[in-house]
Amino acid sequence: MRRLNADQRHTVTLTLNGQLVEGQATPRMLLSDFLRHELAATGTHVGCEHGVCGACTLRIDGSMARSCLTLAVQVDGAVVDTVEGLAPAPDRLSVLQESFRKNHALQCGFCTAGILMSLDTLLRDTPDVNEDQIRDVLSGHLCRCTGYQAILNAALEAAETISKETKDA
Amino acid sequence: MLGGTPNPAMLRVEDAPLVTGRGRFFDDLPTPRAALHAAILRSPHAHACIQSIDTSAARALKGIHSVIIGDDYAQVAAPLMVGVKLPIQCWPIARDKVRYTGEPVAVVLAADRYLAEDALDLIKVEYDVFPPVIDPLLALGDDAPILHDEMGVNLGSERQFSYGDPDAAFATADHITEISVRYPRNSCTPIETYGVLAEWHPHDQAYDVSANFQGPFSIHPVIARALNVPGNRLRLKTPEDSGGSFGVKQGVFPYIALLGACARIADRPVKWVEDRLEHLTASVSATNRAITLRAAVTKSGRVTALAYDQVEDVGAYLRAPEPATLYRMHGNLCGAYDIPNLSVRNRIVMTNKTPTGLNRGFGGPQIYFALERLMQRVAVDLALDPLDVIRTNLIGTQSFPYRTASGATYDSGDYTQAVERAVSDGAYKALLARRDDARAEGRIYGIGLTAAVEPSVSNMGYLSTALTPAERAKAGPKNGAQSCATISIDPVGSVSAQIDSVPQGQGHKTIVAGIIADRLGLDPKAIRVTAAMDTAKDAWSIAAGNYSSRFAAASAGAVRIAADRLRDRIAQIAAAQLNVTPEDIEFAGGKVFSIANPDASLSFSRVASAAHWAPATLPDGVGSPIRETAIWTAPELTAPTEGDGINSSLCHAFIFDFCGVEIDPVTHEVRIDRYVTMHDCGTILHEGMVEGQIRGAFAHAVGAALFEEYAYADDGAFLAGTFADYPVPTIHEIPDLQILHICTPSPLTPLGAKGVGEGNCMSTPVCIANAVADALAPAHGPLDLTLPLSPTRIADLLADERPAPEGQMTAPEPNGKGLSGQGEARVDASPQQIWDLLMDADQLAAMIPGAHGVKQITPTRFVADVTLGVGPVKGRYRVDVGLSDLVEPHSAVLTGKASGALGTGSGTGTVTLTPDEQGGTVISYRYEAAVGGKVAAVGGRLLDGAAKIVIGQFFAALGRKAGGQAPKQGLMVRLRALLGGAR
Repeated sequence: MRRLNADQRHTVTLTLNGQLVEGQATPRMLLSDFLRHELAATGTHVGCEHGVCGACTLRIDGSMARSCLTLAVQVDGAVVDTVEGLAPAPDRLSVLQESFRKNHALQCGFCTAGILMSLDTLLRDTPDVNEDQIRDVLSGHLCRCTGYQAILNAALEAAETISKETKDA
Repeated sequence: MLGGTPNPAMLRVEDAPLVTGRGRFFDDLPTPRAALHAAILRSPHAHACIQSIDTSAARALKGIHSVIIGDDYAQVAAPLMVGVKLPIQCWPIARDKVRYTGEPVAVVLAADRYLAEDALDLIKVEYDVFPPVIDPLLALGDDAPILHDEMGVNLGSERQFSYGDPDAAFATADHITEISVRYPRNSCTPIETYGVLAEWHPHDQAYDVSANFQGPFSIHPVIARALNVPGNRLRLKTPEDSGGSFGVKQGVFPYIALLGACARIADRPVKWVEDRLEHLTASVSATNRAITLRAAVTKSGRVTALAYDQVEDVGAYLRAPEPATLYRMHGNLCGAYDIPNLSVRNRIVMTNKTPTGLNRGFGGPQIYFALERLMQRVAVDLALDPLDVIRTNLIGTQSFPYRTASGATYDSGDYTQAVERAVSDGAYKALLARRDDARAEGRIYGIGLTAAVEPSVSNMGYLSTALTPAERAKAGPKNGAQSCATISIDPVGSVSAQIDSVPQGQGHKTIVAGIIADRLGLDPKAIRVTAAMDTAKDAWSIAAGNYSSRFAAASAGAVRIAADRLRDRIAQIAAAQLNVTPEDIEFAGGKVFSIANPDASLSFSRVASAAHWAPATLPDGVGSPIRETAIWTAPELTAPTEGDGINSSLCHAFIFDFCGVEIDPVTHEVRIDRYVTMHDCGTILHEGMVEGQIRGAFAHAVGAALFEEYAYADDGAFLAGTFADYPVPTIHEIPDLQILHICTPSPLTPLGAKGVGEGNCMSTPVCIANAVADALAPAHGPLDLTLPLSPTRIADLLADERPAPEGQMTAPEPNGKGLSGQGEARVDASPQQIWDLLMDADQLAAMIPGAHGVKQITPTRFVADVTLGVGPVKGRYRVDVGLSDLVEPHSAVLTGKASGALGTGSGTGTVTLTPDEQGGTVISYRYEAAVGGKVAAVGGRLLDGAAKIVIGQFFAALGRKAGGQAPKQGLMVRLRALLGGAR
């Protein structure tokens, strides 16, 4: 196991949204701060820094994780996916993103990054996802604007679209 | 739909950047390379004198630029102005005294935030702690601790009002119904916290500030004055995106003053991003209020007079724009009812809690909680149907515009139609049957109703109702609510707009693009709207900002006016070029053309850009169309009258809600079974956004009704410092709801729209409370309810009526986050051996978990540095322990005090040593302790467990020391069982 010195900055190398990147982090630096301030990837938002609100959710090696409860040095060598990597092209939206727009599933958009990461992971991993599973995942996120119903509708619609696309393919 | 409103279904222009991580929120914007990062040391006490602040160790830490305290601030800046003339000083950082838990005491400026927070732990502050006063009614008492010595009392303002003839109405009433209610502190807690970046330019003597401030910009002069600069030397910019606000981000302004001063002192840009603990503890919240409300009622349930007695708790300082929460509803105190007689006694009191400010609903939740609980009680008292009591008292359809007793003009409405439509379309009768069925099965089920008027577009003069007519005359009139919008056309004819509404997710840019596109015949996608504000460049006035639901009614109207003016000018230019009259000109599809002869057509961009390229070709007398700023205010928003009548808001939407709830007989959880909300918000500008506003406000309201409270301990410790302690509803807690609409457009706003964003925050908490009261009524009669109606609170409410279960005794809790416990441990050593260990500083240092050294100051006094962790926080404490009542080697009393960056603690314990038959000793202990500061706020739920673990570790170490070896397995198992079992 790699030994880290509390007072030193260590090089952290990771694959962020498909790109190999590296930056410097002291052992105590949070992944959320590392992404935002060291790598300038500001799409991941910080809402509570104690793991409750879910705004900072991203994917580490394919699994949902709270970046505010993860140290930057823990993702050395890992594959990290954030909201910046969801769209298929800079001027396009994914099915889920498009569904959010269509269903008014966001207002201020601050918590949205984390919600999209959780739902994207759920829909990717669960081909026949049902409403209860979506609710369960959404219960890990706080949204103060929407009252959640529109987010649920967007997720259900996206799930249906993806399911249709998969069957048609 | 009126002309000039956008397509009510258009997609939001805001969304694509936000769903792809390309938002431009405060902390996403570039930070100057020279910037220092600030962390704020906050008071762990609710009420204390600062005796000394030692910052030397903090300043010596590597990476620390400076540490700024209140006296430093006072060298370059001044206190914040207070809305009502009072002899108090409202500093954004404490000077000699702290008056609430979380009050800023020092600011560390460092190379990064991590280092700045390290330094906070090294600042030593000596406090002389005073008893605090937390309850607003107790704060009015003669023997209450006084917050501001300059005042001598805690009462900040008192005014009495009388409209109509309330005395006569009460004297002749068939019946008088009275209730006393308390509305709690809560907050809409935006997920993005406050952020400020401040810079000082010494040669301009000017500040540049970026902050996610939301307005009202009447605060801008308050900040400029605090920073000792004229308004043009405080350039305040807001980011393009803001992560929710709901009023709360008005409260960032004291930090703009504080960090502005820090930037000036440090001569470096300073950046600060609030963390969640800071936000919950010390940002801003709704006021808590105690209201006694009486109604004079006829036999048939007609209310002829109301008498309010309100005590508003604004926290430690009357901070601008307070006491606005109390006066925002002043014109609407009779709600949706035609009640001609009204008396009001308003008192504003200061307590040792965080100063209050804007929060969605702003005064409405407090008023309606009293008024609608009262209306339900009237029905109960007179054995009438609560729906009939509402019907009987509603303002009649023919009465609009309706003048309320206290001077508001309700612009339009048809309350009866709204109620009857809700009753039929919302299937009220089916809900009654559902209640009957549930009750027949023995379930606890109730129905609540609420009628409410939702005011919007605040009159900037309403606050002066807090002053007497004589004081107002002296201060000069205040009125109106100016909205500004600018539309620009560039040299290629493309159109931009700048708005003053500082949106925080509502979708203003989409609406504005839609309005302009409609008026100028363009594709909404072609219009570029900027929401970021810059006070140095953009048109704004004091009413600018995102509050009082003013966008749809006022800001969007200003956009429409600016668009119309440009349209008129461009029509004249086009008419001249096409040789037709301006009246014959139409705009559509990017063309400007003759209605009579559509072939006579020009492209919009060509006509519009001519003003740039060939201004000489504009017809005589036609102004340039390259830029237009509309500044609109409603003439109806007049200053308070001599008789204290005030049209506090321009528009008045109507809401009628009903709901069915069921209470679990075992867990006491309230489940919302069905909720129907009827709205009349005038013209709907965008269906999706209106629904979003209603659902969002509803979710806030469910939180306020059932879960959320900024709770304080008796000693002023803040107890809700995390999202686990301040439980914001998740998707599981928010039920679906049925939304209904009728539409009576406002005749007073350019688009006929009224506000819709706050209504359910006003109507829903009390609607749920009325349903809970109804559910419990069959078994318990009429109950006084206090929000939030958490399972604990309902259990307590019902427990008052029941004997305590046998064998369950609750020990009286000491002040603060009370801890108490007792236990026993057996050690293989004699009482004398143990006694000697306990009296030896070096031995204690080895036994106390986390001790860095114990010093014996006198034979009976020890001082130690101890690191303790509770849940998510860990910190160093200076612990001071005194021994008394020493009976060697049998018993001693320990009295301890601890203080550190994470807060404070104090407690007393008794230790008794009893020899047993095996030559060992049974150590018995009891303790009572109180914990305040950060640990109480974030770790309250975990304290008991943490205390037991620490005590367990201590006795395990004592066992090892005394026995001269590791304690036997049996002891550990016993200890564990004892400690675990005690939980």
